[in-house]
Amino acid sequence: MKRRAFVKGLALGAATAASGLIAPRILAAEKTVKVGVLHSLSGTMAISETVLKDIDLMTFEEINRKGGVMGHRIVPVVVDPASNWPLFAEKARQLLTVDKVAAVFGCWTSVSRKSVLPVFEELNGLLFYPVQYEGEELSYNVFYTGAAPNQQAIPAVEYLMSEDGGGAKRFFLLGTDYVYPRTTNKILRYFLHSKGITDADIEEVYTPFGHSDYQTIVANIKKFAGGGKTAVVSTINGDSNVPFYKELGNQGLKATDIPVVAFSVGEEELRGVDTKPLVGQLAAWNYFMSLKNPVNTAWKAEWAAYTKRKKLPYADRPLTNDPMEASYVGIHMWKQAVEKAGSFDVDKVIAAVGGQKFSAPDGFTIEMDPHNHHLHKPVFIGQVRADGQFDVVWKTKGPIKAQPWSPYLPEDKGKKEIAVKMTKKT
Amino acid sequence: MAKLHIFASVMRVVLALLALAALGLARPALALDTAVVHKLAFAETSEDKIAAINALVESGDEQAEPLLKALLAGSVQTSGDRVLIINGSTAIDAVTGEKISPVPADASDVVLNNRIRGVLDSAVSALRLVSHDRATRLKAARELADDPRAAALPVVDRALARETDPEIKGLLRIVAASVHLHAGSKIERLAAIRTLASSGNSKTETLLLPLVAKKPDGSWAEPDAEIRVAAQTSLADVRGRLAWGERIGLLFAGLSLGSILMIAALGLAITYGLMGVINMAHGELIMLGAYATYVVQNLFHAYAPGAFDWYLVAAVPTAFAVSGIAGMILERTVIRWLYGRPLETLLATWGISLMLIQAVRSVFGAQNVQVDNPSWMSGGVQALPNLVLPYSRIVIILFAAAVVAGIWLLLTRPRLGLYVRGVTQNRAMASCLGVPTARVDTLAFGLGCAIAGLAGCALSQIGNVGPALGKGYIVDSFMVVVLGGVGQLAGTVYAGIGLGLVNKLIESWSGAVIAKIAVLVFIIIFIQKRPQGLFALKGRAVEA
Repeated sequence: MKRRAFVKGLALGAATAASGLIAPRILAAEKTVKVGVLHSLSGTMAISETVLKDIDLMTFEEINRKGGVMGHRIVPVVVDPASNWPLFAEKARQLLTVDKVAAVFGCWTSVSRKSVLPVFEELNGLLFYPVQYEGEELSYNVFYTGAAPNQQAIPAVEYLMSEDGGGAKRFFLLGTDYVYPRTTNKILRYFLHSKGITDADIEEVYTPFGHSDYQTIVANIKKFAGGGKTAVVSTINGDSNVPFYKELGNQGLKATDIPVVAFSVGEEELRGVDTKPLVGQLAAWNYFMSLKNPVNTAWKAEWAAYTKRKKLPYADRPLTNDPMEASYVGIHMWKQAVEKAGSFDVDKVIAAVGGQKFSAPDGFTIEMDPHNHHLHKPVFIGQVRADGQFDVVWKTKGPIKAQPWSPYLPEDKGKKEIAVKMTKKT
Repeated sequence: MAKLHIFASVMRVVLALLALAALGLARPALALDTAVVHKLAFAETSEDKIAAINALVESGDEQAEPLLKALLAGSVQTSGDRVLIINGSTAIDAVTGEKISPVPADASDVVLNNRIRGVLDSAVSALRLVSHDRATRLKAARELADDPRAAALPVVDRALARETDPEIKGLLRIVAASVHLHAGSKIERLAAIRTLASSGNSKTETLLLPLVAKKPDGSWAEPDAEIRVAAQTSLADVRGRLAWGERIGLLFAGLSLGSILMIAALGLAITYGLMGVINMAHGELIMLGAYATYVVQNLFHAYAPGAFDWYLVAAVPTAFAVSGIAGMILERTVIRWLYGRPLETLLATWGISLMLIQAVRSVFGAQNVQVDNPSWMSGGVQALPNLVLPYSRIVIILFAAAVVAGIWLLLTRPRLGLYVRGVTQNRAMASCLGVPTARVDTLAFGLGCAIAGLAGCALSQIGNVGPALGKGYIVDSFMVVVLGGVGQLAGTVYAGIGLGLVNKLIESWSGAVIAKIAVLVFIIIFIQKRPQGLFALKGRAVEA
């Protein structure tokens, strides 16, 4: 194994040296492939999405260094949809029709994904979506490398109900007001009903995007908790998380009394928060930076080196998180699929992505489901440490299969988990 | 009197020492039980770990406290079969007390879940009940009352027998009562329920509720009617006390939001209210103030980390100056040429706001920047058992009040204030009397913008600081000024506080989204009734 790596390294070194000698001619004849990066670099979602753009660029660089995709050098086209949902659709159309990219990596919020979906289906594009989401969707043109509800939300709530998680009897569902929190909470409500918890013990509260005054809500959580052991399930997205956690800390709500489990808060979101009062608060993800395995160690080192080389603002404290890992895995799945298909043609690549395997930083070799366009992923529940990292307190034995159609929703009964190509209306 | 007091406290210390000595005599100090410590560090299930913690607490061993405290602080690691308490680069073996330096490379953290951490919290509090210091004991008793657990009972009973301080005694009685509530004889339970009636803790409600609950089949969960009635009475008492905490909390939240709205709108009350300039870049001047605070914070981080807690003292005048100078430049170069043309002013200042946003984005990046609170602004004061008032919000309310007082003084006392009012009321006459109207305009506009900078400094302490910060406040600011009555400073104060209270009141029973909509609808109806409110051609604009 070592020897092979050595030989490869030699070959690569020789190739680099050769290309250095006759660079101009090689460059002129070099084959390239364009891919799109569609993440908000400004606005309320920039806190979460900017780093995904950077990890995408790092992954492209890594692939290019190793010879590109089928010998084609990846040329990224980065656009900024500015946390503006209609602008996402516009930028997606631009990427597919003007830049003619082979694939797009992007979106964070479900509202942005819903906004670009018709564009990808109409133009038969290819989107890799790297963030956990609410499910209830299966598009031929999209691969979902983040978690479906059964890979994140449901295990997290099961944990809260277990004795180790605090044995919660009442649930305060708090989210930002858009499709992901609303749908997730709908699924959770059905799930909780199936566990014998009545509507009187479930409270659902939403705030607008960018909300910054959580005084009343934290006071209401306290009041609600008077009625029995309570847990908060937070689907707050974007920079609202900072004032929310600040308020929790200031009002002295401790995780041992009222645990908060978040589905959109990772290492990156906690960067701007004093985490000492938050020790013990929970997050459910499919990857944590603190996981100990050789792939993760190497990946973290690669990212740290990249941030230094590019002088990125987070170079002094490079963090990795779940959507970054999902982005990284998604790009590699695409590369492998292109090489298997032997073509950049969208239909051929889509047919080849299913069944691809990749040794991921979460410590497992994870597989893209052959039919439902979702990854099989392990689930981890982490607890905030004083240094802003997470300790894993619960995990599944191995990767579990995604259920994009929730078995708890009555309207999902009998839906098929096979992505079918939209036929163009004539 | 003072002598007596000293005597009493000396006596108390002596008594405590005697009690401690007696305890020590009764239980000779032993090294920690290896099996128990190993169970604590290596056990797979939470049950085993909790059993180990309880064993340590009940042993009353002096060495138990440092170990449990270290565990809670996350500084216990394991290496091979050794359990280490980490202290910087050295470690102490928890069983033998042997010093180990450096810490072995393979040492890994002992991970706790919330259930174990909760038990550990009350265990450490229980151990602290024997402290000589009254404040420490009081704090420990409060923590225990917050989270009463059966395991702490033997320690609590021992402490109750020894304790002389009435406040601590009362708290400890509540702890004991909470434990006795579900286990114990009928007389014990009734006594426990009555003791609990005096508690103002929201946990008490949780404790009592099961006693008055009904099972799904309609029968009472608690078979004894006498206990049920007693619980009902106690519950009503507790709820009455909790309701006060909630009401005061709501009032405080409204006041806090009101003070934020007011401070954001005050600058606009001068530039728009007094001078009649529709300044759409007002929000961006707030943002400039927030970024000025950020820069000052970074300078302190880099050059004076020791004085970091006091960086706001430097940040407030800096924010004031930065936004003020920006405002004066704005007035001299753009706004001055557009007096009396509100529509053009609106468009020009809106364009400037976009330029300022883009400028900040180019310099500081599009992402939010992190502004840290000084340590004295984190946390809060426990006003009532179920009410914590965060320091940061208290400081901002006081700051807003100080700014209002400052502006009021500035507009009524010195010559500049006289000039500003004079020019506002009758420009031609003021000019005839030798008032340099052009300079007064610049200074007044600069003052309004400088106050926006102060608002930015305040907002940076509670919200996010990013290029879009101003956009969130511009609408709110205009709402406050229009509602308060254009041209009136006092109106802005009333309107700011009033909108804050109304917003929080609606939010408490309909949620944040509806509250925001309701306030907007209210403003729209208001403008319908008083159309002269918004964009009224008043003051300067009419004369021109």
